[in-house]
Amino acid sequence: MERLDRKLGTASSLPLLAILLVAFIAPMLVVAVFSAMPRKVFSVFNSPDFSAYAALLEQGYYRSLLWSLGMALASTVILFVVCWPLAFGMAKVFKRFTIVLTIAVVVSLFVSENIRLFGWVLTLMKGGLIEGHVRAWTGEGFESPLYSVPIIVFSLVYVYFPFMLFPLAQGIAMVPDDARQAAADLGASRWRILFEIDLPLAAPGIVVGSLLSFVLAAGALAESKILGGQTVIVIADEIETAFTYGQDWPLGSALSMVLITIIAALAIYGIAKVDLDAIMGRKGR
Amino acid sequence: MKTSRLLRAALMAYGIGIIAWLYLPLVSVTFASISKARYLSFPVKRYSMTWYTRALESDTVSDIVFTSLKVAVIVTVVSMVVGFFGALAFARYNWRFRKLYQKLILLPIFFPQTVLGLALLMWFNSVGIIPTWKTAVIAHLVWISPIATLIIAIRAYSFDAALEEAARDMGASTWVTLREITLPLLMPSVISAGLFAFLLSWGNFPLSLFTTGADSTLPEWLYAKMVSGYSPLVPTVGVLSIIASFCLVTLAVLFPWIMRAARKDR
Repeated sequence: MERLDRKLGTASSLPLLAILLVAFIAPMLVVAVFSAMPRKVFSVFNSPDFSAYAALLEQGYYRSLLWSLGMALASTVILFVVCWPLAFGMAKVFKRFTIVLTIAVVVSLFVSENIRLFGWVLTLMKGGLIEGHVRAWTGEGFESPLYSVPIIVFSLVYVYFPFMLFPLAQGIAMVPDDARQAAADLGASRWRILFEIDLPLAAPGIVVGSLLSFVLAAGALAESKILGGQTVIVIADEIETAFTYGQDWPLGSALSMVLITIIAALAIYGIAKVDLDAIMGRKGR
Repeated sequence: MKTSRLLRAALMAYGIGIIAWLYLPLVSVTFASISKARYLSFPVKRYSMTWYTRALESDTVSDIVFTSLKVAVIVTVVSMVVGFFGALAFARYNWRFRKLYQKLILLPIFFPQTVLGLALLMWFNSVGIIPTWKTAVIAHLVWISPIATLIIAIRAYSFDAALEEAARDMGASTWVTLREITLPLLMPSVISAGLFAFLLSWGNFPLSLFTTGADSTLPEWLYAKMVSGYSPLVPTVGVLSIIASFCLVTLAVLFPWIMRAARKDR
């Protein structure tokens, strides 16, 4: 039986692994090779000179990278604070309402993210849903908050909300009720239970949720383009420009490599820490 | 531990507020789509359905809808098959590299899609493939088939391996066991994975952006119009695409219920 398991396991993993090999790992290698090429070449058959990496520092591209990482960090922290009470409710308090919430959040994911972002433009612009109605009722309008850094962070929080909420709720569900009850019986305050029971025991969910939202926000493009105007240029935007208008593939690849390295380091660290069998519900084997 | 009534009510109110916040932009888009004016401003004074008739008559719109549909249908079918086997390898069988495999397939989900799209564009170029909607199918699969795998894996975890063993003991071959026992038991999750695959592909923008070449999918077309200035067709086509997704979700939710009702009648 065990030998059959081993054979079937290997065989059934093959289709997915083939897709990943051809369309995920191979392209990454191409990016890595291109990033070492001299500037503005379109073939990998050149001698590498790493000049694109030098341009990264000299031409100030690191600033876009810092903006992206900074805004991703800010949105991750905000997301954690915003999602925690709701995730707690979903895991421990609500019964039927958890299902309603889950469906409502998942269905919102099915609407293309740029339609939702465009909806925020219509909501927040001058003469938009909010300002227009406020002015119609009170006679006085206000400046639109669009095209600024806070609104980009806001839209990152909005778009990546489900990616924090669900892992958090899953993590909190893993906190045994007995442990919380025991702490409460022994006279621990609400805050003490939060810091000494809930947070440490829900750690796998916190790690997955934070990593997922940070990583996705760091590589986000549409948020800063649609709601941010051109206030800040994010790293994904620089990469796109280098590839399209700039016609400088090595530069685009070098920029991508820096972003990929940071993201991969975080993702691999985080993924290595969690036990997927435990989170996804395999009963001990 | 009992939570007080007040806390429960406060959390519920918070949850309702969050749902309202999630859907508020769609309310604006809907209003914009039925506003008569060419240049939108709220409050909307005159409503009309002209933009809907325009959108439905437009050849460009039907072309891009057809492209999006082609991509989504192929992505759905392939991810259901790949996800079914992938999930068995993920959750059901004990094999040597299972843990490593579980972690590897998570990486594409953790990856910024824009960068993945650009990397794929370079890869297609260096092997001499000209990007069309077919390359977009491959791009979508990198991201969607791992998600389909995870969805099916959740059910495969609670799968009773004894059922397969019983079938085998009674002389069924591996293939027959798979077809008669494993597949029917996992079918509900395969269907929901297919639903996810379709909807995620239908709404995907960052992967399509660089991998469709001269073809254009619905979200790409909308983006191009948004960035190049306001067109009243944008909210209209956006709403139509949302309605299509919601109809599909409703149908999928009602499907088991209809089947049960039909069975009772017999």
